[in-house]
This record gives sequence, C-alpha cells and structure tokens, in this order.
Amino acid sequence: MEKQLSPDEKQETLFQRWLSPKDPQGNDLPFQSPEAEKLYKERITRIKDAIQLKKKPDRVPVAVIPSFYPAFYNGMTPQEMMYDYDKLHAAFRKFTLDFEADVHIGATAPGPGKFFEILDYKLYSWPGHGVSPEHSYQCNEGEYMTADEYDALIGDPSGFFSNVYLPRVFGALEPFQMLPFLPGILEIYGVAFNFIPYGIPPVQAAYKALFEAGGEALQWAGVLGALNAELAGLGFPQLWGGFTKAPFDMIGDTLRGTKGIMLDIYRQPDKLLDAMEAITPLMIKMGVGAAQMTGQPIIFLPLHKGADGFLSDEQFEKFYWPTLRKVMLGLIEEGCVPNPAAEGGYNSRLKVVKDLPKGKTLWMIDQSDMATAKKTLGENACLLGNVPSAMLHLGTPEEVKDYAKKLIDTAGKGGGFILSNGAFFDHAKAENVQAMVDTAKEYGAYK
Amino acid sequence: MSKKLVNAIADMREEEALKLAKEMVEGGAEPMAILGAAREAMDIIGQRYEKGTYFLPELILAGEMLNQITDIVKPELAKLPEIERHGKVLIGTVEGDIHDIGKNIVSFMLDVNGFDVLDLGVDVSPQKFVEAIRDFEPQVVGLSGFLTLAFDVMKETVEAIKTAGLRDGLKIMIGGGQVNEKIQEYAGADAYGKDAMAGVSLAKKWVGVK
Repeated sequence: MEKQLSPDEKQETLFQRWLSPKDPQGNDLPFQSPEAEKLYKERITRIKDAIQLKKKPDRVPVAVIPSFYPAFYNGMTPQEMMYDYDKLHAAFRKFTLDFEADVHIGATAPGPGKFFEILDYKLYSWPGHGVSPEHSYQCNEGEYMTADEYDALIGDPSGFFSNVYLPRVFGALEPFQMLPFLPGILEIYGVAFNFIPYGIPPVQAAYKALFEAGGEALQWAGVLGALNAELAGLGFPQLWGGFTKAPFDMIGDTLRGTKGIMLDIYRQPDKLLDAMEAITPLMIKMGVGAAQMTGQPIIFLPLHKGADGFLSDEQFEKFYWPTLRKVMLGLIEEGCVPNPAAEGGYNSRLKVVKDLPKGKTLWMIDQSDMATAKKTLGENACLLGNVPSAMLHLGTPEEVKDYAKKLIDTAGKGGGFILSNGAFFDHAKAENVQAMVDTAKEYGAYK
Repeated sequence: MSKKLVNAIADMREEEALKLAKEMVEGGAEPMAILGAAREAMDIIGQRYEKGTYFLPELILAGEMLNQITDIVKPELAKLPEIERHGKVLIGTVEGDIHDIGKNIVSFMLDVNGFDVLDLGVDVSPQKFVEAIRDFEPQVVGLSGFLTLAFDVMKETVEAIKTAGLRDGLKIMIGGGQVNEKIQEYAGADAYGKDAMAGVSLAKKWVGVK
C-alpha cells in the first residue's frame, strides 16, 4: 500500500508543484531568462514563508488584487474585458508587468460574456446585460431555492443542482428540470425509461446550448491559461489554485438570498444547519479538486455574510463558523492553504476565527483593525491586506506609503504578512497602486 | 394582550405574534391598537439593533412580521398609525449599483426613529434623485453605494443636485461598502455614516432632534 502523506507533506508537494510550473501539455514551462526563474521562485518562497510562520521571508511580500481595475488602467471597459479575450489578455498582462507585485490573480474575474449570454445567466447582471458597459457585473440575489426545498437539497445536493438550481439560474437550461434521477439506472429492466428525457427536443436544445457554452468556456480558459503561463515564464506566479465557499455563503449568496437565509435562522435553524453540514464535504472537494488540477495550494474563499453587522457573535458561532472551519480543516488536511477574504469588518470575529492550526491559512483583511488582527488571528495565520480602496482611488502616493509603512510596522512585525489592498477594486490611481507595491520593496525588508 | 403582542414581536417569536394578532382581530380589537403594538415593537427592535443585540436576521424577520400583521389586520389599513415625524429623508443606491442590504437597514432605522423615509431603491440615476427631491422635499438625502464606481456616481449625483439649484439647505449623507470621509470630501457630501446608527444620528442632528 502506498504510504499516506501527512498534511504537511501534501502541502509541501503542492508548493513544489507551484514552484515548477508546467505548460498545458504537462512539460516544464520554459522561463524567459534565468533571472525570471529566480524571481518566480523567490516570489513563491516569500509567500510560502509568510504563510507558514516558521521563518520571516526576506521581505514583506506584496499583492495587488483587483476586480476590473486592469480594464480601467488600460482605458478599456468591463464589457470589453468580458467579450474580447485578446483585450482581456493584454489588459491583465500589462497590469501585472507594470506594477510588478509578487503575485497576480490571473484574469479570471471578468468572466466570459458570450458564455453567460448563451446560457442566459440570471444570477448576475453584467456589462451590456442589465448594467452599463462601464460597470462591473453584480449579483441578482433571489430565492433560487425556496424555503421548503431544504430536504431536497440535503437528500441529494448534486441532483438538486442539476435538476432544480441550474434550470432556475440559466434560462437555456430550464429543460434540465426533466432530467432523470440517475441513481435509478440500475438493471436491464426498465433502464431505458431513464433516458427518455434525452430524446425530448427541449432537453436536446439545452444540451446544444451547453455544448456551445462549453466551447466558449474552453476558448476563454485557453486565454487565461496562456496568460498565466506567459506571466510565469516572465517570473510572476499566480496566487490562487482554486476557489470554494463557506457553506453559509453558498446557501445565502447562491440559493436562498440574504433575506431567505436570515429568516431561516429563525424559522428553520435545524434545516439550515443540516444543509450546511451536507454541503461541507462538497465545498472541501471543490477546493481540493481545483488545487490538484492546478498544482497550486492556495484556495480562495470570499466570505460575505458573516461580517460584523450581519450576524450577532452568537449567530456567527452557531451558523457561520463551524462549517466554514470544517471546510478549511478539510482543505488543510489535503495540503491546501485556505485563503478566506474577510470582506467588511471582522473585528468581533477575530478571536473566534483564530481557532485554526498555525501557519496553514492566509487571511485577506478588508476593514478590520490590523493591530488587533495581528494580535489575535495573526498568531496563527498570515494576514494580507488592508490598504483601503478609497485611499487607492482618491488618496495620494504619500498617503498610501505612510499607510503601507504603518501596516508593515504593525501587521508585518515578525513576518506573517502580505501587503495588499483589502478589497477588490475597480478604480484607483495608478501612482497609488505603484506606491503600495514600492513600499513593500523599499521598506518591507526583514533584517 | 397588546403588551403580549409587543413582546412577542420584539422577542422574535413569530408564530406567537401572528396568533396573538389573529386572536385580537377575532376578539374585536381596534386595528389601530394592533398596529400600534406592532409599531411599539419596531421601536424596541430598533433600539436593540442600536445596542448591538440585534442584527440582520432580526431586522428582516421584524419586517416580515410587520407585513404579515398588517395583512391580518386589514389590507386597507396597511399604514401604521402616524407618529410625529421629525423630518423627511430621501434615500437610494446610486446609479450603476444594485446593492441594497445596507441601504435597507438605514431606511428601517430611520423609519423607526421617526423619520418619513422615501426609499428610491437601487440603481437610482442623478436625475431621479433630483426629481424626487423636488417632489418629496426632504431635509436629508442619503446616497448609498457598495462598489468603488459609486464614488464617482455619488459625486455626479451631488453635482446634479447642485446644478438643479437644490443643494442649499439640503443635507447629504453617504454610506456603504468602502465609503469613508475621503469619499465624502470627494463627492461633496456633508457627512458619511459608517453604519445605520451613524446615519440616524446625522439625520437627527441635521433636523434638530436630540
């Protein structure tokens, strides 16, 4: 029998894979120069040291984490980013090469507009479809799962997604309501009945749309892959190996909406808790699967509905945290590094979320007090953030430098800190973004 | 009975509250008395939110209970008894932004704190704000925005209000997402509120309520 690797060994394996990038064919990716290779490895090692809290990196690493900023920086619109993949590639390439942060996040965020059109995606409005070409996409929250459907979700999450949820959020997949119950396919007797739906014209039309959408997704992903490979060859690693979510947000953002899930806390708390438990292994699988595929350990988890002001501490500890913690522990067990983004304020949660193994997580901090975060959560976790979006947009380079220096002095003390903006941003002054990156390089060295 | 109803609503006992309201209607209670109890409960809920014992789940459930109770009492009486209003606040999420959770809380809190609130919803153009200011004649306007794009739209909205000749004597507050005092200066607003209570305090200060 093969020897089971420990979580630490699994993490090391993923870091090693990240350090040795491959091209799409699986061969070693050629670097543009020995200098680029050196920089690539130094950058990942810097991030790794910051995360593991075992030793101080050579200096404070720096990241810039935008949403549509690369579009505006290049004088393009979000609509162009979503519909013209060459422009998407050019904009994110230039953005990464101009600012020279230690890591970039790739060009995944804008998403393929035509793909959304083919499937008639309803969960979001996007440039030209419900919002203007100059604006970013936004979520159309709703009850895509009704209050009485918890049992259906808990009993068969995948079936619920394919036959109930997808038909509601993708207009083109509405006929998927007719799809068969796959575990009914068992013997020769009657087995063909299960396949009748695939012969029905609307279902066939839905599959045609799916094929077309798949082709579009492949084309888009090819551009992203080529960009990542090119940037890696130039010495710039991509931060995230995948993405998953807190079970509470998975239900609250995607299925029930804010209003729905907040009411469920009072009206059917046990169902909500059971559903989050049922989803937890799937959220772990989602993150681990992505890390295995990309060969990169860091898994991003944007946290939404657990912030200060949304729930009481008691509600946070009962409904939000336990399954989020389980997801993170499940990821850590398989060698991943969970990277939750504590959007908004997390001040009253810091002491609670500290309860994780040391040196295994990376927390993006938005508006929480960084000195407190360092003293609590920072004892166990690497912190990333929290230069404010407003300052990047309207401040001066001097203000950004002063702020970043203070962050390095407080949050950066002893290692365990990556300088970055605190929340995804669309608009900023380039000189402010540059000032943030420069400050880490000029001021962030550990002696 | 009415006190029991107040407590049931304020303590988030939804089933009991609805049962009590039904019993009161069947027992011939004045619709106004029932709605008055609901209003009293909303005040308590607002206070608990201000103190940090209640959060989003409670505000949302409170809104749901209020709707159901007004339905029980009589659809044509769907207005709560008028209480003395301190002043008028016009509120909305600025153009291009469709986020509404924070804005809804501010609306709710202004309402329970005695303001006459007109909520224009989300993605509200500068022009719509201007028209609503003409019609509604508020003392205070609240601009909400979650995205960084909202910074510029807030500025445009304030400018549109100025251009329309409606800026004098009007107080404008902004809030939401990444908004802070820097954005307030940039947008030309009078103040920013970091949360719903700050918005209520600003409105109270501006209309002269202690």
